[in-house]
Amino acid sequence: MDFGSINPFVLVASLMVASVPIILAAIGELVVEKAGVLNLGVEGMMIMGAICGFVTAVETSNPYLGFVGGAAGGAALSLIFAFLTQSLLANQVATGLALTLFGLGLSSLIGQSYVGIKPPLTPEVPFGPLADIPGLGVVLFQHDWVVYFSILLIAAVAWVLKKARLGLILRAVGENHEAAHALGYKVQRIRLLAILFGGAMAGMGGAYISLVRVPQWTDGITAGAGWIALAIVVFASWKPWRVLVGAYLFGGITVLQLNLQAAGSSIPVEYLSMSPYLITIVVLVIMSSGKGRALNAPAALGQNFHASR
Amino acid sequence: MIRLEKRPTPSKFWQIATPIVAVVLTMIAGGIMFAILGKNPVEAIRTIFWDPLFNPDFAAYSRPQLLVKAGPLILIAVGLSLGFRAGIWNIGAEGQYIMGAIFGAGAGLAFYPLEAWYIFPLMVIAGAFGGWLWAMIPALLKTHFNTNEILVSLLMVYIAQNILASMSLGLLRNPEGSGFPGSRNLSQYPAASNPELIAGTGMHWGVVAAFVAVIAAYILLQRHILGFQIKLAGQAPRAARFHGVSPTALVLLCMGISGALAGLAGLFEVSGPAGQISIDFNVGYGFTAIIVAFLGRLNPVGILLAGLLMALTYIGGELAQFMLGLPSAAIQAFQGMLLFFLLAVDLLTNYRFRLFTGVK
Repeated sequence: MDFGSINPFVLVASLMVASVPIILAAIGELVVEKAGVLNLGVEGMMIMGAICGFVTAVETSNPYLGFVGGAAGGAALSLIFAFLTQSLLANQVATGLALTLFGLGLSSLIGQSYVGIKPPLTPEVPFGPLADIPGLGVVLFQHDWVVYFSILLIAAVAWVLKKARLGLILRAVGENHEAAHALGYKVQRIRLLAILFGGAMAGMGGAYISLVRVPQWTDGITAGAGWIALAIVVFASWKPWRVLVGAYLFGGITVLQLNLQAAGSSIPVEYLSMSPYLITIVVLVIMSSGKGRALNAPAALGQNFHASR
Repeated sequence: MIRLEKRPTPSKFWQIATPIVAVVLTMIAGGIMFAILGKNPVEAIRTIFWDPLFNPDFAAYSRPQLLVKAGPLILIAVGLSLGFRAGIWNIGAEGQYIMGAIFGAGAGLAFYPLEAWYIFPLMVIAGAFGGWLWAMIPALLKTHFNTNEILVSLLMVYIAQNILASMSLGLLRNPEGSGFPGSRNLSQYPAASNPELIAGTGMHWGVVAAFVAVIAAYILLQRHILGFQIKLAGQAPRAARFHGVSPTALVLLCMGISGALAGLAGLFEVSGPAGQISIDFNVGYGFTAIIVAFLGRLNPVGILLAGLLMALTYIGGELAQFMLGLPSAAIQAFQGMLLFFLLAVDLLTNYRFRLFTGVK
């Protein structure tokens, strides 16, 4: 095995890129879960975002519009989830699964005529001479705008949840919807908005996979990234900054195993490819093994609200 | 103003009517989808739901396929439904299906080319064991470390897929396959094969197992204390605890049964219709079975009917692909839609619409 051929700065830079889809999807899902809704359809919303973003970018030849399209695609699918769970009071677990199954089918249907096409390139943000700093430049100043956006988004969500009135309302709805309802907050409307935000972010994360990470369209392109994002939310104990830690950990493993594959490691490719999923499970076990509420999960998570009065 | 009002007890009528309404709504929505794709919707729906059974040109081939496809779906869905009833969400049946196939095929191939009566029964046990083992991982992690079984069981699917790839390229690769990936074909190894039992029906041991599972699950849920405890744990977890139901035992049991049944489905598939372990051996039965379980209202008899209907959409989908050029992904989206409509109309079982006028 040859570790010497792996440049640590490039490794860090590429793990930052690799973790962007997970960060976006996970921070969106974190907001959704903070509002007391468990949307297991992240994988479906991501892949819908991946194809909608891809189609938009290819048709308009504009990579920026691609991300808007991806967010719109993810949000559109999440709207179905919101309608079913909030208006029709359907079981959230089952509806989330349905979202994933439907999203996988529909995306592959839309994507049929887009296989083998190259999307327009998403350029790096020009930092001028900063990008040429040895080492640091590669890590910090040679990324596209989504990498910076994803980190700013975490900061924004962390601030809103902790300091802003909006965050307080969101948490109230997620911790005790009866009380929030009694205070006059529109529980279902707030949850709807949270779900749409989650869908848009998952869609954008998906678009990042098809526009930057891969970049092309293939069926099932997200390869479980949505499920890993869900796991990262648990890992993060519903704390925004920990999402970054979790996503970088996951991104690091992904990049490292890809590098090992390229370096011709003696470990078979299949065992390297399964390592990100394996590590995610191990991390989940470590984080979950606390007792009861140490987990910090929102109290009303997964429960539907029906105002009987 | 129209408002929702909770029914005092779930409506018996809507419990039976919702799947039918959902299927009809899906046909309408699916028809619209097919029309957008530029196909004649009536023709597409007829090709999917009618031609495989009644068109003389295709029925001879399609009818046996109905049981071939429904067998694994029903077998997996019956297992899943027990857990779903108890609020235990094993959604990694796809992985358990793969592991059952690997263990079962591995056990059979270990004896190659010996011909003995005990090889196939051993494979059945190995297949069930493989699925059970794979389901025990999320189950034990849940009972011992409080880990979410939904996420772990699903992530285990991706791991199983990688093991499948590794097996078909390495350990189980056919030594006489001139380097192609994939194991020996079990259908050419009589002691390990799972042939059609009655020619022209599609009936193989997996279909028999599915029927047995339906009957066993029906008796369990209707007549046995365990079935009562499973239902109780899902509907009133607190009451179940006072009744003395151990949540740990229930998780291990439900996950174990569903894993073993999914493993069996994998074994019967690999030794019968599929024939060999290959990289693309799994085709999503484990996920479609989730739809089957819900469409069948988590009721064994319902699952039997739902499994047949879902199998029909697979076969009809293939036919529509062949006859009308309908993309195969359209069927997947169609199946997903069915689950949406089912969950949507399910509202009517527990709630009713009330018209409110004036000030209340």
